[in-house]
Amino acid sequence: MIRVKSIIAAVLVTFGLAGAGAVVAAEAGKEIQKQSWSFSGPFGTYDQNQLQRGFQIFREVCSSCHGARLIAFRNLYEPGGPGFSEEQVKALAAEYQIADATAETGQRPRVAADRWPNPFPTEQDARDANGGAYPPDFSVLAKARGTTQPFPWWILNYFTAYQEGGADYIYALLTGYHEEVPASAPEGFELAEGKYYNDYFPGHAIGMGPPLADGLITYEVGEGEAAVPLTLDQYSRDVAAFMQWMADPHMVSRKEAGFRVMLFLFLFAGLMWAVKRRLWAKVEH
Amino acid sequence: MSGHESTYNPSNPVEKWLDDRLPLVRFSKEHLMDFPTPKNLNYWWTFGAILAVMLVIQIITGVVLAMHYTPNVAMAFDSVEHIRRDVNGGRIIQAVHAVGASMFFAALYIHIFRGLYFGSYKAPREILWMLGVIIFILVMAIAFMGYVLPWGQMSFWGATVITNIFSAIPVLGEPLLQLLRGGFAVDNATLNRFFSLHYLLPFVVAAVVVLHIWALHVPGNNNPIGVEVKSTRDTVPFHPYYTMKDLFAIIVFFIPFAWFVFFAPDILGHPDNYIMANSQVTPAHIVPEWYLLPFYTILRAIDFNVLFIDSKLGGVIAMGGALLVLFALPWLDGSKVRSGTFRPMFKWFYWLFVINFIGLTYLGAAPAEGVYVIFAKICTAYYFAYFLIVLPLLSRFETPKPLPTSISEAVLAKPHSGSAGAAVPAE
Ligand code: HEC
Ligand code: HEM
Repeated sequence: MIRVKSIIAAVLVTFGLAGAGAVVAAEAGKEIQKQSWSFSGPFGTYDQNQLQRGFQIFREVCSSCHGARLIAFRNLYEPGGPGFSEEQVKALAAEYQIADATAETGQRPRVAADRWPNPFPTEQDARDANGGAYPPDFSVLAKARGTTQPFPWWILNYFTAYQEGGADYIYALLTGYHEEVPASAPEGFELAEGKYYNDYFPGHAIGMGPPLADGLITYEVGEGEAAVPLTLDQYSRDVAAFMQWMADPHMVSRKEAGFRVMLFLFLFAGLMWAVKRRLWAKVEH
Repeated sequence: MSGHESTYNPSNPVEKWLDDRLPLVRFSKEHLMDFPTPKNLNYWWTFGAILAVMLVIQIITGVVLAMHYTPNVAMAFDSVEHIRRDVNGGRIIQAVHAVGASMFFAALYIHIFRGLYFGSYKAPREILWMLGVIIFILVMAIAFMGYVLPWGQMSFWGATVITNIFSAIPVLGEPLLQLLRGGFAVDNATLNRFFSLHYLLPFVVAAVVVLHIWALHVPGNNNPIGVEVKSTRDTVPFHPYYTMKDLFAIIVFFIPFAWFVFFAPDILGHPDNYIMANSQVTPAHIVPEWYLLPFYTILRAIDFNVLFIDSKLGGVIAMGGALLVLFALPWLDGSKVRSGTFRPMFKWFYWLFVINFIGLTYLGAAPAEGVYVIFAKICTAYYFAYFLIVLPLLSRFETPKPLPTSISEAVLAKPHSGSAGAAVPAE
């Protein structure tokens, strides 16, 4: 017979070890709240409309400073993404030029297979344009940021498959600006020239001015759709969701495959359990 | 149980012909099918099979990854992303390999702690145990170098911190450090040699695994009561009894494995490794992968000088010692009783050791400040005390519980079989 105790002990030891490794000292600053995302949890999928809105913000606002070198235009019409049509994407790509030595002018319009253009030719140019700060590439940025939960709450993350720390952080960052240094700032905090106060940025002084504000962007409302609020909060959510998709564009198909694999494993395990039991029934053990 | 009679009878001329020249089939039948295995093994004994499967999975996924990976500082990071985004099946293969490393260690630790509890390291299995320690050290080196390959921030800074350890060694330290790094700092040369070794060493591990199993098949398995097999009544053939049981355990092990691969492939990693390596920016906290943390804590716990040994060298000695002491374990624990089940005092110290080890893991990820430093020292002290003081002393002062005479008797004495077996002292 299977010793339930043994299994529980094995699981505890494993998670005890793996979990203990996951503690990272919390940065001073406000705690980042978990948001509810359409893509969270094992059943989560991206909300196509949200990704389209997020893309609009990325394109109209963020992409003037931030690149996305790993994103190809074709990704925008691939399944599991924002779901633009192939024609839309091709037309969009053609709006951007790319250097091509074989072209007559040394440049040609981009095609769907080309990558998203970088706004600055070099890192130095980017820094010069941004008061010395470097706007990071967006391709995997949502995976490169995270949140920390106090003990013992992070243990739950392994069971809920919490992977949205990056989106939570980005949302918090975009909504965490203050026009003036607030009373909650660390003692003796002085904001350097050209920096902005943010509750969630490590060290609070960020080189990016608040990129979004209420009413900044107008969303097109499709027929029969409810209007989406044009607020900083909504924009931040949408662009954070889009960034999560950029970092993990195949999440939906991966989870779908996961369900098939899990189903198979459970059935196979059940079968093996029965085989093993029958076999051992004859042996006193 | 190497001396048992072979039951193999070549059934046709081709098999006969082969058997006279290279008795491969006979060998497999003896070792993979007929091998007499104690019938009372519990599920902790399935982890060896799980580990073998994990090694094969790591090698297969690794070879495929290497077809698409570029070991160059400018391209490594993007090439791993390329695998994830553009290579057919790449995101699954990459996730299996990365999560697989963690699962491998989970299984390794369970396997090792199984051995510690049931005294599997004691005579006549010392060599078997020592080969296991060699595998453990090799796999740590492999995983550490593998983690450098994606060339993220943690890859780079982990490599810098860990290679730097070697500089503490007197005289040889500096040249050794440069040899490891292929230069003065962690750079392209480091990435290239790490890739080369990361590809090579798993095959060395596979070879040591063969020796490990050879060394297992000479004395045969230990078992939960730690009393040696006395007669064929105590055993069952490996196949089908244990092949089917192991297969069941492997499938069950795949369930959490698949959970991580498909639903949370990044949860066991560090977000900073999604930032490309940058020698100009030091991450706020440099933390190795979770499975290296216990030893990282021991390294950092020595922050004081001892006589002419400065703290840096002291840390290296402690960390190296923490691994080397495992080699001496068969001779440190003098108790004739193998299984912890029959050692009333040992049990307490053992479970304290387990908790202590989890504590060491936890502390490895905590900042080296305040109470953490004190706890790190206490846990390190207990780690060594367990091997160097507790086990040698216990073997003198502990009175073990009476042992069953044989496996069959112990099995019959189990509650579900009703009768209580007569208890007799150790062999
Ligand atoms: C005017 C240029 C500019 C625009 C437009 C801009 N950013 Fe930034 N962004 C920066 C700079 C510069 C930094 C680096 C800040 C620093 O390191 O201090 C940055 C950093 C960031 C970071 C990383 C913060 C961290 O944790 O390191 C995020 C996330 C971010 N921007 C999101 C956005 C989003 C979303 C948008 C569009 C809504 C946007 N940015 C628009 C200039 C810009
Ligand atoms: C004991 C076996 C092994 C262990 C424990 C192991 C562990 C690891 C780890 C931890 C990583 C980093 C993964 C990541 O963060 O993305 C990695 C990457 C890698 N490994 Fe292995 N590995 C093993 C065997 C192999 C073998 C046999 C090969 C090739 C023959 C291989 C090839 C690679 C390659 C190419 C990468 C870089 C790609 C990537 O990061 O995904 N590995 N390995």
